[in-house]
Amino acid sequence: MIEVQSLTKHFGPIRAVDGVSFSVAKGEVLGFLGPNGAGKSTTMKMITGFITPTAGTAAVCGHDIRSAPIAAKARIGYLPEGAPLYADMTARGFLNFIGASRGLRGAGRAKAVDRVVEIAQLETVLDQPIETLSKGFTRRVGLAQALLHDPDVLILDEPTDGLDPNQKHHVRQVINDMAPDKAIVISTHILEEVHAVCSRAMIIDHGRLLADSTPAELEARAQHHNTVTLRTLAMPPDGERAALGRLDGVLGIEEGGSAGEPVFRVIPQEGANVLPAVTAFVAEKGWKVDELRLEQGRLDDVFRELTAAGAAGRDAEAA
Amino acid sequence: MNAARTVAVIFRREFAGYFASPVAYVFLIVFLALAGALTFFIGNFFQRNQADLDSFFVFHPWVYLFLMPAIAMRLWAEERKTGTVELLFTLPIATWHAVAGKFLAAWLFAGVALALTFPIWITVANLGAPDHGPIVAGYLGSFLMAGGYLAIGSCLSATTKNQVIAFVLAAIVCFAFSMAGAEVVLGLIRDILPQDFVNLVASFSFLNHFAEMRKGVIDLRNLLYFLSVIGVFLFATVLVLDLKKAE
Repeated sequence: MIEVQSLTKHFGPIRAVDGVSFSVAKGEVLGFLGPNGAGKSTTMKMITGFITPTAGTAAVCGHDIRSAPIAAKARIGYLPEGAPLYADMTARGFLNFIGASRGLRGAGRAKAVDRVVEIAQLETVLDQPIETLSKGFTRRVGLAQALLHDPDVLILDEPTDGLDPNQKHHVRQVINDMAPDKAIVISTHILEEVHAVCSRAMIIDHGRLLADSTPAELEARAQHHNTVTLRTLAMPPDGERAALGRLDGVLGIEEGGSAGEPVFRVIPQEGANVLPAVTAFVAEKGWKVDELRLEQGRLDDVFRELTAAGAAGRDAEAA
Repeated sequence: MNAARTVAVIFRREFAGYFASPVAYVFLIVFLALAGALTFFIGNFFQRNQADLDSFFVFHPWVYLFLMPAIAMRLWAEERKTGTVELLFTLPIATWHAVAGKFLAAWLFAGVALALTFPIWITVANLGAPDHGPIVAGYLGSFLMAGGYLAIGSCLSATTKNQVIAFVLAAIVCFAFSMAGAEVVLGLIRDILPQDFVNLVASFSFLNHFAEMRKGVIDLRNLLYFLSVIGVFLFATVLVLDLKKAE
């Protein structure tokens, strides 16, 4: 439902977004990851029609944001970064205003407002001016505003930023509940959030797309993916330790811990699963194993590797 | 959704926004106090001993010079400062809907301020037998002139996120539009420029058009002049906002 084609934005000499293309289908929750200043928000601002791209375009439900901006915007629910709201209005007045400007009137609007008030749990603060609300409530008013017209496409820029753990959980729950019927894009730099809500993750840095796959696939790219970590209660003999390193599919072994409680990290060759072999080996040799663990590889590592490599590559290019 | 309804939605929010803070009431009081003081003390309303409101209207261009930019400065600068402009322009509305809605709200607010000067009309009607024609024309002219100043203010407010800068820029441009008709300026350029050009400059002046109106002449040309100024500057506002989107 979202088609992004070579979206590019230059701010003077800075290429904030550099030829980004992707599409998002119904039912997908796309997590947009990247360091601060990577171009996440700029991309979102272009898809929602707030800023005009230098080149390229985006279409929402078949409506091009450049040639048919009003039709496209009517189908998007958007939570801008920081959830800016008209602070002098009450939550109710604000939601009514958003509803009215989206063409909702009378009973239809009242129903829509009731629906999002329930989703965002705003009942208790409806008649308070927005400027008196806590950060959590403010963010939820922003979310309610984005959901008001039950849009096909949701674009949420850091929807859980500044929320406490309970509120984060609630917002993720809301996103998960809506996911089957909508195409959703969220930006975040909280990687656990990707696990919690995203069916797909994209890493962007310096305006370029570095990766685009499921969170699980991304993790598989981590350095320590499928590494077996093993802690024993006594130092095994040298010969056995060397034999462990010669098992099928093992690339090498890192030793750590202390002499009394050594830790071995068995690093597999790419794509190999060494867990069964290691388990069998340990049982056969009678090692006293305290802990045996298969590492999944962490998204953080992949994220750092990709974005750090990008920075290094560019530095080389510049030189 | 049709355009009129969208403009009305923006208008209502903006107009209510003026009264959401005490600033609106302070503004109304300052305006009324200033208009009254100028009329009675500088304009010598009583001493002139004439049953008209010329000593009231004559100061309007100068009062507006500061007060209209004060109303208009928040129109766009504040939206930019707080980031709500992003919310506004990702709603399914055209730029000109928002520009028109906001301008009309500012204009009506100025209209409320102007309407609250009605006691002076009652005063003059009680003290003498004024010709009501020029008074009606004066109010109409004053209202249109306020619109012109506000349209200028709207355009300059769109260029910045700083309300103070918006105010100063608008006051400068409004000053230029007013002074274009003052004898001081015209006298200066009369010596160096051809008469046609001097007339052209004078024809751009708020002062001259307003002066004709407060004499009781409701000439189509004067109406058209103010409406064109409003139209041109609102169009410029739309251009500035669209340009900012591409920056």
